[in-house]
Amino acid sequence: MDIFRSHILICRGTGCTSSGSDQVADAFDKYIKEEGLEQEVKVVRTGCFGLCEVGPIVIVYPEGAFYSRVEEKDVQEIVKEHLVKGRVVKRLLYQESLDKDRIKSLNEVEFYKKQMRVALRNCGVIDPENIDEYIAMDGYKALTKVLTEMTREQVIEEVKKSGLRGRGGAGFPTGTKWEFVYNAPGDKKYVCCNADEGDPGAFMDRSVLEGDPHSVLEAMAIAGYAVGADQGYIYVRAEYPIAVRRLQIAIEQARNYGLLGENILGTGFNFDIDLKIGAGAFVCGEETALLNSMEGKRGTPRPRPPFPANKGLWGKPTLLNNVETYANICQIINKGGDWFASIGTERSKGTKIFALGGKINNTGLVEIPMGTTVREVIYDIGGGCPNGKAFKAVQTGGPSGGCIPAELIDTPIEYDTLVKIGSMMGSGGMIVMDEDNCMVDIAKFFLQFTCDESCGKCTPCREGTKRMLELLEKITEGKGEEGDIEKLQTLAMNIKDSALCALGQTAPNPILSTIRYFRDEYEAHIKDKRCPAGVCAALLNYIILEDKCKACGICAKNCPTNSISGKPKTPYVINQDTCIKCGVCMDKCPFGAIIKK
Amino acid sequence: MAVKEVRDAVDIPENFERLQEVIDEYKGKSGSLIPVLQKAQEIFGYLPLEVQKKIAEGLKVPMSRVYGVSTFYAQFALEPRGEHTIGLCMGTACYVRGSNKILEKLKEELGIDVGGTTEDKKFTLEATRCLGACGLAPVMMIDENVYGRLKPDMIPDILNKYR
Ligand SMILES: Cc1cc2nc3c(=O)[nH]c(=O)nc-3n(C[C@H](O)[C@H](O)[C@H](O)COP(=O)(O)O)c2cc1C
Ligand code: FES
Repeated sequence: MDIFRSHILICRGTGCTSSGSDQVADAFDKYIKEEGLEQEVKVVRTGCFGLCEVGPIVIVYPEGAFYSRVEEKDVQEIVKEHLVKGRVVKRLLYQESLDKDRIKSLNEVEFYKKQMRVALRNCGVIDPENIDEYIAMDGYKALTKVLTEMTREQVIEEVKKSGLRGRGGAGFPTGTKWEFVYNAPGDKKYVCCNADEGDPGAFMDRSVLEGDPHSVLEAMAIAGYAVGADQGYIYVRAEYPIAVRRLQIAIEQARNYGLLGENILGTGFNFDIDLKIGAGAFVCGEETALLNSMEGKRGTPRPRPPFPANKGLWGKPTLLNNVETYANICQIINKGGDWFASIGTERSKGTKIFALGGKINNTGLVEIPMGTTVREVIYDIGGGCPNGKAFKAVQTGGPSGGCIPAELIDTPIEYDTLVKIGSMMGSGGMIVMDEDNCMVDIAKFFLQFTCDESCGKCTPCREGTKRMLELLEKITEGKGEEGDIEKLQTLAMNIKDSALCALGQTAPNPILSTIRYFRDEYEAHIKDKRCPAGVCAALLNYIILEDKCKACGICAKNCPTNSISGKPKTPYVINQDTCIKCGVCMDKCPFGAIIKK
Repeated sequence: MAVKEVRDAVDIPENFERLQEVIDEYKGKSGSLIPVLQKAQEIFGYLPLEVQKKIAEGLKVPMSRVYGVSTFYAQFALEPRGEHTIGLCMGTACYVRGSNKILEKLKEELGIDVGGTTEDKKFTLEATRCLGACGLAPVMMIDENVYGRLKPDMIPDILNKYR
């Protein structure tokens, strides 16, 4: 291997790519060539570093200089100053990484300090399109160990010992699931990976696939050996084109190296992996619906039992795990189940990845040991809410989950504690809300989602979610009546008890948890016809404050319905009958003279 | 751009030849209906009934199943689409940061609802889930290009680039 004096790591995850990291990487190639440094400096296009908020991110080693929001036009300066003259360009460094004159190493930066990277260990470190870099990071060592030194039973025992639980949402013990499939009678078995990532505000699995696809392939091969399968499938969403492409490349490379296919490493073990591209339906993340979809049918769930472990794809015993679950496996084999079990808490072992988003300063991807408190994630890692606004709640578990209000901010993040307070671990979406978000509106948002995505097979989910949504619409439009909250609660309990699959069974959760913690907000909408957060348009009036209005007329000029009138030198007035409450006037007023009430 | 001859994808015979090749490649394999529909949509841009019928015959599956699958998944379009697809992210992170206002502005500018196509067949408006760029919320995609940190008054300028 060639030796380089500097490595430039450029994030090519979806977040940074969206902010232009492709062009930045190409510019580095160009200027490095211009300076004749190709033999000394290596440009590596990696997966996600996590801190998407300040992308595109570029890290230069050996110094560990962490450049943020790098634009194409900055590249020449970095090349000329940093790479040629050895002077770090301080102006472009991520602010927090600079401590007076010293550059902090990455794990000293607040955002990374409390994180622990197990599943994401290679993300942002290696080039995901190059199998050699994966191998250099101990890649395929676990598979080699399993095939040459361990029996199938020992592999399952090690996974059980680790205490790993499924990261796809339900938290079922992974080793036990492997054992079920191992014990299931049948000559043909399958190993499948759920990469459908349905939570509408989350991108953990996508980042693993984009940043470290081989870790999933290797783990699936290990699972195949353990349960006795020779064929694997990854069900990945069509909306993830970069992930699909990197998986295709990775599978091809692994086949060429003899790490997938027939007689792997000369051990006589056969295992291959193919992709199945999803076609856009949330319910297909549910395991039985996913199997139907893989068979080319409508993705509606099947009643369980029989469970996929006994009767899965094409009626054969099938192991299905989530992307992040697999991403932990190789580390468990390499370092031992006991090592993994030493991280986290009594009943939740290891680490968990979260996609932190919404009203938070450091949006991005974080991996934390189980048991970390919500406060540490929101404040220490996330940096709190922007613009000094007050933190109100955080939603975990997406449309199946619930919210954690500010008063419970010291709750440790574990499977069982989260369920106890009416939320859930879920797959890892974590959306922060501040004082400007209306909780009734948020509940309506999630219900809208489940209502759209209900597959229509069972009545409680198809009709019930619709009735709940109608009630929420009524409340947010100011037409709520006494007793609506109780009606919502009764409906919710009935749907929970009677829906066919977990989509319907969990759909009421966002409503139940917002009623539990923010009942006063529901009551304000119903009784006082008031939206305390100022979100629900029907309950708001925009008003011009007479003492602040300078009669400049900007609001009237921008009003799309000509609802504002006035004369020079006298305060303007809004005609409430024609106002459509779009809020443009408030955004445009240079004097802050317009408020909503 | 010069005025293009407006010819529907189903009026181009080569498209059906390409479809036949796809059908031949997948015929007899299990679980092939969805990939064939995906390829057919790549060829035709949407899945008109005649195309569905052809697939049903070719793969020897009942037409009811082809129609059932085509209508189940969000990815499949049964109507022709506009030249550019606008996908506004309505994922949770974007919603919390105000994607609703962007949606209102887009609807106003284009005069269409979500799922609709403008009369001049320029734009189709869609609401998508998390695009994985929550750091830039609210976000939208036009074809392959991502636009982030959106404010309602940025919309007209962005659309003009495609008009
Ligand atoms: C409506 C619904 C959507 C789901 N979506 C996903 C998903 O997007 N990704 C995922 O891994 N699991 C999802 N699940 C959970 C799967 O059914 C299944 O439990 C999981 O993939 C098993 O893998 P694990 O044990 O490794 O977590 C979903 C479940 C339901 C009910
Ligand atoms: S929610 Fe819009 S990009 Fe993630």
